[in-house]
Amino acid sequence: MSKFKKKKGGELPAISTASLPDIVFMLLFFFMVATVLRKNDVKVDQGLPSSDQTEKLIKDRSVYIFAGKPGAGYTDLGTEGKIQIGDKFVNIDEVQPAILEEREKLRDELKDRVMVAFKVDKETNSGLIYDVKQELREANLLKVIYVTTQAEDVVQ
Amino acid sequence: MARRTAPEINAGSMADIAFLLLIFFLVTTTIEKDRGLVRSLPPDQPTDVEPPIIKEKNLFVVIVGKDGDLFVEDELMEIKDLKEAAIGFLDNGGYPQGQEGHCDYCQGERNPSSSDNPDKAIVTVKNHRESNFEDYILVQNELVAAYNFLRDRESQRLYGWKYTEIKSAIDEGLYTGDEDKAKEKLSVIKKMYPLKLSEIDPNS
Repeated sequence: MSKFKKKKGGELPAISTASLPDIVFMLLFFFMVATVLRKNDVKVDQGLPSSDQTEKLIKDRSVYIFAGKPGAGYTDLGTEGKIQIGDKFVNIDEVQPAILEEREKLRDELKDRVMVAFKVDKETNSGLIYDVKQELREANLLKVIYVTTQAEDVVQ
Repeated sequence: MARRTAPEINAGSMADIAFLLLIFFLVTTTIEKDRGLVRSLPPDQPTDVEPPIIKEKNLFVVIVGKDGDLFVEDELMEIKDLKEAAIGFLDNGGYPQGQEGHCDYCQGERNPSSSDNPDKAIVTVKNHRESNFEDYILVQNELVAAYNFLRDRESQRLYGWKYTEIKSAIDEGLYTGDEDKAKEKLSVIKKMYPLKLSEIDPNS
């Protein structure tokens, strides 16, 4: 009869914390894998404009073009808007070779469907961006995306 | 000689070490998700090709001045009114009933001196070279908003859902249902209001 009798009194057994490291390690690995240590060192100001009609950027087929005035540490280059592709400043006539070089880093099957992502500071002259786009047309890279920050309603 | 058993290493601080690493990676992780306005550039044209002749009334000209002033069809306008004006232009459907190209789904004013149908209507933007990129994006955003408004309206009428919602669901892989069918419907809507945005050389 006493077989099923509950143990009397008894303190709560201590919860084993032996598996705690395992849980933490699991989280750790997730974040280690998800972390992207910045590949591109952006050398220009990046105060992105905001818009509310955005679409998602597809990362594996994108090539970035940064533009804006030179950021901290590069102020000796003046305050005119500059173009950065990869990790170097380029002039307008060097845009085509630079962007094609960047494209080589993509996966083979995506090279034909490349999308050029513009990350442009909001105070840049739009004429500069127009010139870059003309270069892209000549290089036959016609899909572009202007990266912006997402806002609820930009026009009140 | 007495054999000693190797003392057990205390693993209690393992969790602390792991936590330390975890917090480091937590802080440094930035899960980047860029969003933006997608646009297709017109292909490079050989200079000897005659550009097609476009009637004045099928053009909606937006000019952004040096200081961000907005001129729409030669009149000064506030940015908040641009969307309405663009919708009015695109949705006009000026061709009368019976004529080829008549727009039977347009709900506009049917003003014969505005655009003939959405397929012919072209929005063209000219930004002064020294205008800010922010103003450029603002104008583009409003024009895309006008197109999205019309596309949403038509998809709501024909299929009972919103174009932009379904499109972003498909893009993000969240769409449940027949994706090919939905894409087909999206392209039908897209054809009703094709995105025709052009840019004029700011140097001209």
